[in-house]
Amino acid sequence: MSATSVAAPSLRRPEWLNLSASLSLSFLFIIFVMAILGPMFLGNGNELNSTMRLKPPSAEAWFGTDNLGRDVFVRTVSGARNSVVVGLCTAVLVLLIGGLLGVIAGYFRWADMVLMRFADGLMAIPGILLAIALVSILGGGLVTVIIAISVPEIPRTARLLRSVVLTIRELPFVMASVSLGSSTPKIIVQHILPNAVGALMVQTTYVCAAAVLSEAALSFLGVGTPPDVPSWGNVIASGKDYFRLAPWIIAFPGIMLSILVLSINILGDQLRDQLDPRLTKRRP
Amino acid sequence: MQSFIIKRLLSVIPVVFIVLTTVFLLLHIGPGDPAALIAGENASRTQIEEIRQRLMLDRPLLEQFLIYLRNVTSLNFGESVYSGFPVGMLILQRVEPTALLALYTMTISVLISIPMGVWAAWRAGTTLDRTLVIASVIGFSVPVFVIGYALVDLFALRLRWFPVQGYKPLSGGFLASVTSLTLPAVTLAFLFSALLARITRATMLEVLSEDYIRTARAKGARNGRVLIVHALKNIGVPVVTVIGTSFAALLGGVVITESVFNIPGMGRLTVDAILNRDYPVVQGVLITFSFVLIGINLLVDLSYALFDPRVRQ
Repeated sequence: MSATSVAAPSLRRPEWLNLSASLSLSFLFIIFVMAILGPMFLGNGNELNSTMRLKPPSAEAWFGTDNLGRDVFVRTVSGARNSVVVGLCTAVLVLLIGGLLGVIAGYFRWADMVLMRFADGLMAIPGILLAIALVSILGGGLVTVIIAISVPEIPRTARLLRSVVLTIRELPFVMASVSLGSSTPKIIVQHILPNAVGALMVQTTYVCAAAVLSEAALSFLGVGTPPDVPSWGNVIASGKDYFRLAPWIIAFPGIMLSILVLSINILGDQLRDQLDPRLTKRRP
Repeated sequence: MQSFIIKRLLSVIPVVFIVLTTVFLLLHIGPGDPAALIAGENASRTQIEEIRQRLMLDRPLLEQFLIYLRNVTSLNFGESVYSGFPVGMLILQRVEPTALLALYTMTISVLISIPMGVWAAWRAGTTLDRTLVIASVIGFSVPVFVIGYALVDLFALRLRWFPVQGYKPLSGGFLASVTSLTLPAVTLAFLFSALLARITRATMLEVLSEDYIRTARAKGARNGRVLIVHALKNIGVPVVTVIGTSFAALLGGVVITESVFNIPGMGRLTVDAILNRDYPVVQGVLITFSFVLIGINLLVDLSYALFDPRVRQ
């Protein structure tokens, strides 16, 4: 299989991927530390200072200042908390609800039709639009933002888990358990779920990355996190009208945001490559 | 073939119904009085009552829903609370830049990502493949607004190749219009081509490990023939599917990109309507975007019949 130049490639985990995975983990660690310690030691960076407006990066303000004289460094470091909280909470919420609905749809034929039609319907509305509409109706705030971002993600996760469960339930050991008279909850908990964990974990990392992006997009559009809580999307939005004069307001939180999402996605890819049984099977 | 098409057309009905119901219920799931929500914080009691009357929010929920369904089926989305103009007209005025931006992005992305994805899979494991894999992860990890501002900074402010922001309508000439949309389209193409290239590569890898590829090689077919006759023919269906399903992500990206580049399209219309609590406009735009998505996915599914003879039977 490996003789010619176009043979199916060796899908063994290459070295560089491990390098990028450990880099990602380090970045995630740094961002976690920022999220925990930033607001404790630096505050929220809401202090206005009219003599320090739109100043470029300097020894005093490492990342420069915004149009209200707020320190972009402080707001960027403390803004990590918002992204981390939204990312994790959304991931857990989507994992629980989407996972539950996916198992129900995959295991119980009667629920499948109804649930999947609902999933199709929700997925037909562009996610970010549904989220901004939800925030505007439910009112701003952290919890609303998390709910609004979760709603469009749930059908996708449910759909994925349903297809995984559909495959697992036809496997011989599940059949065997059924014929031995195991109860349905026991089959689901003991046989289906453990075999679906891998797919769920991978999906959860991707949801987490998507949630961080969506929160930033909502805040950027002015319908996300309230302005007094620093969030990377907020800070970028505050630099929107000044980006010719003061590109640093957008640049620093933008770079942090990109690094965070990239790190989560790389870890997701790594996890997928390790857990995907089809890749393992194809390994020479 | 006919029964496949009819079945697929019928399957649109429940999806459309659920979209319409969701969009209708959005206003009613919030805490408090929808009329007060639309009127805003500083509205007087009479203003709130006036909105309640105008949007018929004083009727029973079921009656409101039936009126709404009747209106939507006759493409009547009501009037903007904010400006008083019919929502349908407001949307039609904004369609051009959004449709052009989506098409432009799609064209760039398909031209770049599909050859790249195929090539990366063909040369899997090489430096070229690794570079492309990393580039595509970066492409869909960096937020569109960050890419947008970076491109504006480089190509508009420093190099002055393109206008910084704004949109020139088609009536002022096709070339001027396309030039004004080039930076926004390239911005979005980063995201979209990253998604497409990733899926194309994965699909191509799968196809290359199929038995029929091995058979073709065993017969002594040359590389070029294996690629074109045996492999490319079989990535059509999955790749078209992904173009269809990731169109939702594209529309989401359009909304954000229009804000970055100050393009007066449907995305701006939505965001402005939401900030103004102009609910009939929000409903109208959500329904329009959803119908576009449903239509595209319908076309994608119907195109299976073209690519895959098994579907026709």
